[in-house]
Amino acid sequence: MSRQTVEFSINAAEKLNETLNAFLQIDREGALRRAGEIEGSGHGGPLAGIPIAVKDNICVKGLQASCGSKILGHYHPPYNATVIERLTTAGAVIIGKTNCDEFAMGSSNENSAFGPVRNPWDTTRVSGGSSGGSATAVAAGIVPVALGSDTGGSVRQPASLCGVIGMKPTYGRNSRYGLVAFASSLDQVGVFAREVEDVARVLGVIAGRDPQDATTADVPVPDYTASLTGDVKGARIGLPRALFGKGLDDEVKSSVESVVDVYRDLGAEIVDVELPNAGYAIAVYYIIATAEASSNLARFDGVRYGFRAEDAPELRQMYRKTRAEGFGPEVKRRIMLGTYVLSAGYYDAYYRKAQQVRTLIKNDFLKAFASCDAIITPTSPTPAFAIGEKTDDPLAMYLNDIYTVTANLAGIPGISVPCGLSSERLPIGFQLLGPYWSEDQLLKFAHAYEQVKPFTERPPISAS
Amino acid sequence: MPVTQSDIEKVAQLAHLELGEEELKTFGPQIAEIVAYVEQLNELDTTNVEPAIGGLTPEGERTETTRPDEIFGSLGQKIALAEAPDPAEGHFRVPKVL
Repeated sequence: MSRQTVEFSINAAEKLNETLNAFLQIDREGALRRAGEIEGSGHGGPLAGIPIAVKDNICVKGLQASCGSKILGHYHPPYNATVIERLTTAGAVIIGKTNCDEFAMGSSNENSAFGPVRNPWDTTRVSGGSSGGSATAVAAGIVPVALGSDTGGSVRQPASLCGVIGMKPTYGRNSRYGLVAFASSLDQVGVFAREVEDVARVLGVIAGRDPQDATTADVPVPDYTASLTGDVKGARIGLPRALFGKGLDDEVKSSVESVVDVYRDLGAEIVDVELPNAGYAIAVYYIIATAEASSNLARFDGVRYGFRAEDAPELRQMYRKTRAEGFGPEVKRRIMLGTYVLSAGYYDAYYRKAQQVRTLIKNDFLKAFASCDAIITPTSPTPAFAIGEKTDDPLAMYLNDIYTVTANLAGIPGISVPCGLSSERLPIGFQLLGPYWSEDQLLKFAHAYEQVKPFTERPPISAS
Repeated sequence: MPVTQSDIEKVAQLAHLELGEEELKTFGPQIAEIVAYVEQLNELDTTNVEPAIGGLTPEGERTETTRPDEIFGSLGQKIALAEAPDPAEGHFRVPKVL
């Protein structure tokens, strides 16, 4: 059974890759061998035989980890990320590595050195990013589950644009060991699936304390599937009306408002909440994330691994040329921004100020969660936009993250769930945000919605 | 504080990035625009607000992160050099420093 399932996925991945460009590497041989082993041994793990796709910034030993960048274009990590070890122990079969924005920097997957990922709902449009390949692989029915990473929305936003479920847990829930670091205080590995139960199962396998990642928390991992009772009577859902104003597409607005009605009908209480500093979140994010990135990406210098520029006979010249040739424009922009805000004379004005506003944003959520169990927002201000539409205006591109960055800044979990199609048949998603360690509740609420409003639409480009 | 071309050049140097003429011309105004955008944080009064250092939750802060001082596996020289652009006699060889 697993060999057949895995082979189906591999065939679909290969067949659709020219159209979608979701995969950077497909491991036919390794995956089929592993599937055979699992079948033969009667492996009883919770994910036995399930084909999974993994974003190319998460290390899988023996496969590539390009991070969507030329600077790691031929890099093969000598170790597995902790989340990969856990998936493999549970019997999952990794069929390949997925395309992503370079070093996870982007909201459209147009920043990949290996071409954009195309949205299976309309291939002239973006998949969203940065985990565009993983979102697309699930949306097109190639794999039932995929891993991505979420620093400012990079799992939730492409999930929304591709019509699948995407979840980012609490900071410290999943190990970042083996996830190539972008912004260490914001990054988390996240999960894509078409069904909430699958997200719950995979999260239960990968979550938990890891001695190799000192930022993981010693908090027990519950059986997330046990929370999926369908009962949300009496649950309090917070509605931040002020965030449903300017810049939000009308169709997205009315779609998410309909979701609120569904929760009301299911017996939930809708509570008004305010997040007064949410409007500053993008500014805070693009100071903190870029500052951390400028530090994390300093290691890519041509010395120990990855690309090294030729014609650079002197060491520092080699650093400069390697990085100039190896990094794409968005990565360079962010490294420079990060270096600028950390530099002498500017540190207090920008970086320290941003850290203070981050505290204000965190406190907004703590206060809001005193009166509700989860907060509902749209995930993305618009459905998928056209490839090339926003590439000339970095700031316009950054504003796609307006609903998602707050969760990373505050460290809270968030899940995006598909709730409809626009008049152009493009997916719309809603987002639920919860207090620290409330993944079980968020999954419960998402599942309850899914039971009464299952998202049965399928994109024109689909595996079959 | 408007970002100048000289700021961009200085920052590129700090970040070990060799930028071409065209890039400097494009990046300059883009970065200036983003910096101008983030300056809106000055609208907020943050007197006595603690800066958030890192992303740990309270449970994360309470988690014990030290381990016993015991040796466990390491990559070893061969594997550690396997991805090196220019390995030589057990070392990472690099161009000379002038």
